[in-house]
Amino acid sequence: MTRKSRRMYVLVVAIALLASATALVLTALDDNITYFYSPSDLKTKQVTIGRAIRLGGLVEDGTFEKLGDGLKVKFSITDGAETVAVTYQGILPDLFREGQGVITEGSLNEKGEFIAHEVLAKHDENYMPTEVIEALKASGEWRGDEEQVTE
Amino acid sequence: MIAELGQFAIIMALLAAIAQSILPLIGAERLDSRLMAFGSQASLVQLLFVILAFGCLTQAYIVSDFTLVNVAENSHSTKPLLYKISGVWGNHEGSMLLWILILAVFGAAVAAFGRNLPVTLKARVLAVQAMIGVGFLTFLIFTSNPFTRLLVPPENGRDLNPLLQDPGLAFHPPMLYIGYVGFSVAFSFAIAALIEGKVDAAWARWVRPWTLTAWTFLTGGIALGSWWAYYELGWGGWWFWDPVENVSFMPWLMGTALLHSAIVVEKRNSLKVWTILLAILTFSLSLIGTFIVRSGLLTSVHAFAVNPERGIFILFLLAIAIGGSLALFAFRAPSLKAGGIFSPISREGGLLLNNLLLSTACATVFLGTLYPLFMEALGGGRVSIGPPFYNNTFVPVMVPLLLLVCVGPLLPWKRADLIGVLGRLKYAGLATILAILAAWYITEGGPLLAILGLGMAAWLLLGTLSEWADKIKLFRAPLATSWQRMVKLPGSAWGMTLAHGGLAIAVAGMISTSAWKVEDVAVLKPGETISVAGTDYRFDGVRELTGPNYQAVEGTFTVSQNGEFMAILKPEKRLYNVQKMPTTEAAIYSTFVGDYYAVIGDQVEDGGWTVRIYREPMVTWIWFGCTLMVLAGLLSLADRRLRVGAPAGKRKQGKRKQKSHQNAAA
Repeated sequence: MTRKSRRMYVLVVAIALLASATALVLTALDDNITYFYSPSDLKTKQVTIGRAIRLGGLVEDGTFEKLGDGLKVKFSITDGAETVAVTYQGILPDLFREGQGVITEGSLNEKGEFIAHEVLAKHDENYMPTEVIEALKASGEWRGDEEQVTE
Repeated sequence: MIAELGQFAIIMALLAAIAQSILPLIGAERLDSRLMAFGSQASLVQLLFVILAFGCLTQAYIVSDFTLVNVAENSHSTKPLLYKISGVWGNHEGSMLLWILILAVFGAAVAAFGRNLPVTLKARVLAVQAMIGVGFLTFLIFTSNPFTRLLVPPENGRDLNPLLQDPGLAFHPPMLYIGYVGFSVAFSFAIAALIEGKVDAAWARWVRPWTLTAWTFLTGGIALGSWWAYYELGWGGWWFWDPVENVSFMPWLMGTALLHSAIVVEKRNSLKVWTILLAILTFSLSLIGTFIVRSGLLTSVHAFAVNPERGIFILFLLAIAIGGSLALFAFRAPSLKAGGIFSPISREGGLLLNNLLLSTACATVFLGTLYPLFMEALGGGRVSIGPPFYNNTFVPVMVPLLLLVCVGPLLPWKRADLIGVLGRLKYAGLATILAILAAWYITEGGPLLAILGLGMAAWLLLGTLSEWADKIKLFRAPLATSWQRMVKLPGSAWGMTLAHGGLAIAVAGMISTSAWKVEDVAVLKPGETISVAGTDYRFDGVRELTGPNYQAVEGTFTVSQNGEFMAILKPEKRLYNVQKMPTTEAAIYSTFVGDYYAVIGDQVEDGGWTVRIYREPMVTWIWFGCTLMVLAGLLSLADRRLRVGAPAGKRKQGKRKQKSHQNAAA
């Protein structure tokens, strides 16, 4: 075994590994990327029904209600310009309230309602998801950093 | 006054670090022993000033000095003492100061324990260590000063985020940071070696204990963090593939690779360039980890409010540290002499394969974590990448690694006979098949992949045990001989067996809880019972509680199986007085085979309460396995041959002994 042939072995193994990893990554990226939408995006862009997406914005005041036995909830997410109705079954994060910025993950159904299977929790009540800040800025509803993000 | 003293101390520490990063380098170039010795003195001076600064900030927290912005924003006079102290690093500025403290401790430790280091190498290591210190101290002083005063101090503070008021999280950041920062020593040694143009077995002997220390603490820190997420967040999960988790996991993967490749440098004087590169990459990932958490670049479920302006400074620091070291590597690495040759099937080959697989796995995590950033920078919109991505990329890369972990240690150095080695694992193989059948029977033909996964964990454990039995000639020699061989096994051999065994146990726990976790949500009125996975949970009602700084509602559940009483669970929902922030305190009854986990939610109109019940099979195995890995690290560190201060003469002797061990093992 010479130094050169050893290097060849290493290279072959490394390239094979990298190639399979790249293949894995590319297929996984294709299937598992979740795009973020604001309510305005949902109205203007085409979103496939049933495809998993993230929807973020503020929980609109006065829209939160419990349905049926209390496990299912309904609320609207707004970015000031547009509003989307969301239903969710499960326990909401501790910091969920009306007026709060949230990100939900789920998909649209035929009626244009958003069925969330996850409402993302935040560890910090002052924290506002960057996506939501940008969505609010885009719709002109952003009211300054002092108010929402405190450090 | 104390705060001004602290301010003064960090500035003095910065000055010491600046001097330490320049003078010893010049000394090493000119072989001026006084300038080189200055490195050791400066590192001690730097440490003293950083300790002083850290002490000042801690004192400000203990006495609740709200004239400091930092204390006012993150503490409260009614907070328990433990959390006043842990509050010191429960915020950005304080955690940076802790980082610097640990960095200074490691620098001073190299100075103190490195008496036998070649003087030029030591001077250069200390200089590089100080350069890292300069970067962080500058960052602290100019963008994140913890000693900034408030003109009008408030009556009381804003309190620490209640989620952080928990014993698990009080110790999680220090452990994680000792891990991150510990890799700085390996990094400094790598850079110093590049400057010297020399890497040899002695170099690797010096790097290994530091890497091992860092790895041990990082393992503990990650495990503690995941345990905290499990019991404190109330989601019943222990790992979310969240960016903040990933950034601590990447240095762990690379550090694990480094730990293994350093063995090859030490024993066979081979893989040197690769090891240097790994040392640089490991610490670079630690830096990225520290900064991603603090810069708010990535959206994370764990994210805390952050200030994006710091991001620029951070990116600048990262570019200098990572870009500079990689450039030096590209420039100098070709001049390093190549070492011993080995066949692809050999211990070296096995360790190299381990490295390739770990790096590939790390690369998939890296891509998944940073892909959303790239996408956004390229105008591709906001995206996020969740657990399915990692299940389809990281997991397939780790499977071959886990299958090979127990084969590697059986391979002799230089050249090996694979068939012969696999023959020595035949009992382990047979037992693995039995384990798979048993798992299939117990789970009544549950998901095939999970059963095979359990088989993989069993193979890893049994293979590791049979390698250990092989080493002490169990059942092949009289028991007394085996006993003697076992007692004489060096700490590092025990460390390997224990670490690989712990990995097997942790993997078994991860697979079981992922595959057979049961979750149920319901609305219950007092007296009602819910049955989850064959266990009954009777909801007995709620009562109000008053804690030191919170109000709580506490629910009571009586857990029973087939009418037989098992446990009482008392989950709480707390509302912290100061921040008006609600938190969930899950109640968990842990057993060997699984956890019974209850969470109480809100009251609904008709008097019922929403409750969540989880059944988590074998989840504690994860942390038990991690504990074994931490113990393994400590045992290896205690190994006489690796002891940092061992005099040169004895070290040589140790080497000879090592050889005889290897021969015995082969």
